[in-house]
Amino acid sequence: MEWTSYLPPLLEGAWVTVQLAVYSTVLGAVFAFAAGIGKLSHNRLISGISVVYIEVFRGTSLLVQLFWLYFALPVAGQIIGIDLRLPPVVAGILALALNIGAYGAEVVRGAIQAVSRSQREAARALNFTPRQTLRWILIPQALPEMMPTFGNLAIQNLKDTALVSLISLGDLAFRAEQIRNFTQDSTTIYTIVLFMYFGMALVLTAMMKLLERSVGRWRTAGT
Amino acid sequence: MSDPIIKFDKVVKRFGNFTVLNELDFEVGTGEKVTIIGPSGSGKSTVLRILMTLENINEGVVYVGGEPLWHERKNGALIPASEAHLRKMREQLGMVFQQFNLFPHMTVRRNLTEAPVRVLGLSKSEARNRADELLEMVGLTDQADKFPNQLSGGQQQRVGIARALAMRPKVMLFDEPTSALDPELVGEVLNVIRRLATEHDLTMLLVTHEMQFARQVSDRVCFFDKGRIVEQGVPDQLFTNPREERTREFLKAVLESEA
Amino acid sequence: MLFGIEWDTSSEWAFAVSILPILLIGMWVTIQATVLGFFVAMVLGLILAVLKAAPLRIVSWPARALTEFIRDTPLLIQLFFLYYVLPEYGIILPAFLTGALALGVQYSAYTSEVYRAGLEAILSGQREAARALNLSSVRTFTHVILPQAIPRIIPALGNYLVSIMKDVPVLSVVTVLEMLNVAKIIGDRTFDYMVPLSMVGGLYLIMTLVASAGVRYLDVMLPKRGFPLR
Repeated sequence: MEWTSYLPPLLEGAWVTVQLAVYSTVLGAVFAFAAGIGKLSHNRLISGISVVYIEVFRGTSLLVQLFWLYFALPVAGQIIGIDLRLPPVVAGILALALNIGAYGAEVVRGAIQAVSRSQREAARALNFTPRQTLRWILIPQALPEMMPTFGNLAIQNLKDTALVSLISLGDLAFRAEQIRNFTQDSTTIYTIVLFMYFGMALVLTAMMKLLERSVGRWRTAGT
Repeated sequence: MSDPIIKFDKVVKRFGNFTVLNELDFEVGTGEKVTIIGPSGSGKSTVLRILMTLENINEGVVYVGGEPLWHERKNGALIPASEAHLRKMREQLGMVFQQFNLFPHMTVRRNLTEAPVRVLGLSKSEARNRADELLEMVGLTDQADKFPNQLSGGQQQRVGIARALAMRPKVMLFDEPTSALDPELVGEVLNVIRRLATEHDLTMLLVTHEMQFARQVSDRVCFFDKGRIVEQGVPDQLFTNPREERTREFLKAVLESEA
Repeated sequence: MLFGIEWDTSSEWAFAVSILPILLIGMWVTIQATVLGFFVAMVLGLILAVLKAAPLRIVSWPARALTEFIRDTPLLIQLFFLYYVLPEYGIILPAFLTGALALGVQYSAYTSEVYRAGLEAILSGQREAARALNLSSVRTFTHVILPQAIPRIIPALGNYLVSIMKDVPVLSVVTVLEMLNVAKIIGDRTFDYMVPLSMVGGLYLIMTLVASAGVRYLDVMLPKRGFPLR
């Protein structure tokens, strides 16, 4: 079989991978900010929940989390009488986002804490509320600090999407395995697939660089 | 002296074992321009930082406009102030920092409009008008759309002054406003403060090492040492004919280092 | 029954207690895969780091490109690649070894950067110092550079050890009976996934906590042994 004939199904899978990566990265960023800011909260309950979330999801394996959401959660639901069966796509995106969000939360927290004390004092002197200080003074200055690590996490997340093929989601990894089963042409298929992931990672890296530049414009102004 | 707008009543401030302010009694009248001088570590800046609610106090009471700053009255007793009380009290105060502390991610104009819009609830156009007036006053109209890191230190500090004024405080606190500046940039900042002192009835409290300037703008100069006021008086008297030996030593040392 | 151990489904607690020994057997496989994968990553990473530092562009550039390629592609695909492609060239390895090799390849991209950063940071300053003291270049390396590089490198490597541990479940796709795979099999047979999978989560937390504590211990202990840190 010609190797070009593999491309249509693989590209179909790659499109699923792109969607998975986009949705889980965006949702993961939401979790990262919620838990990263939550960990800094003076409210014990909020900071406690954030810490537990961060530690549990950083301390266990993504695949364990994915399997737990997909296989174990429905059983837990049965026991308490709620239908918690998640469609593979929901379980996949949720597991990826929860996992990457926990790592991102530490980045968010660290970057916010790293904004200098004098900025907090200036905000206090101008009578900003703590919430306004966070939203308008601290986060905008912390964002450029977060971006390089966020870029790495986004690449990590893109790679991790391959694991959702294990709960039979039709992503690039899943398609590759399907075609390999059918043709046994392993070398060609996996070489193509590796380069497809590499290509997506390069595009993603370039996009994150652009984003990094746009949130940090004020830093380079005039220099 | 008219009714004091600021009053420190036996205020003690400690950092660990180190006593910064030692039962300090201190008053500033409404509209008065007071300069605090003294060696480093004498607690000068701490006075300003306590007033701006950046540092809490350990003992005593601070009054601003007759109201306790770090306390609230409840059933006749004074209890530690809530954040809401502090917020209300802070409306009367503005501060200029040694290191400017401008918001680096905002343009000059937004540095001036951000707090009036978000904190005072001004409309964008009102805040903008106010900002443009202030920028004209400090001579920076043409820099409005630049970011702080594109300005010189002197320009940044003038923005810092305008930013504090945009909140229309009754009391302005200047914490060594020229200490971080190159010598050739000190003048432009002092000129702005001087104009403020002569043209407005603002109450002003300054901590500075610029003795000549202190002499020109102040109604009263206080010499601080070891957390207490050693001596205070009108500038001419204190600078030319200090009563206390410690004041004399300090002034002599400062004047020698300046020369 | 798995590994000759029966489970008791009379209650959730009895079930949990009865499958714990089975999971611990899986955990032992996880630990072995982690250690072996880490060892491969350290060796391959060092080779990559040396190649990347080569003065010849024709050597350093492909090494750099290869590092980037490895780092930007999923472990799962690399594993499949090795598992299905190596036998086509006559290299037939047990699944466990293929898995450990895949872990090592993936993480060599990361460890090579650790070596590079550790050495680079020290090289610049120390070369001059050594030259001033007139030490030979071999002695410079063994007596000046290595003692400073090692404590910088070890904690960073340690963090990757923990990451490798969390990636071991991927090896289940090529039938390695590591802890998650074992739990999944128990779930498949009893239809109770919650107990074994939750236990795997808990055991993972314990493993990563212990491993992280070990890394922190090294971070503290190495400087006390006379290695200046940072």
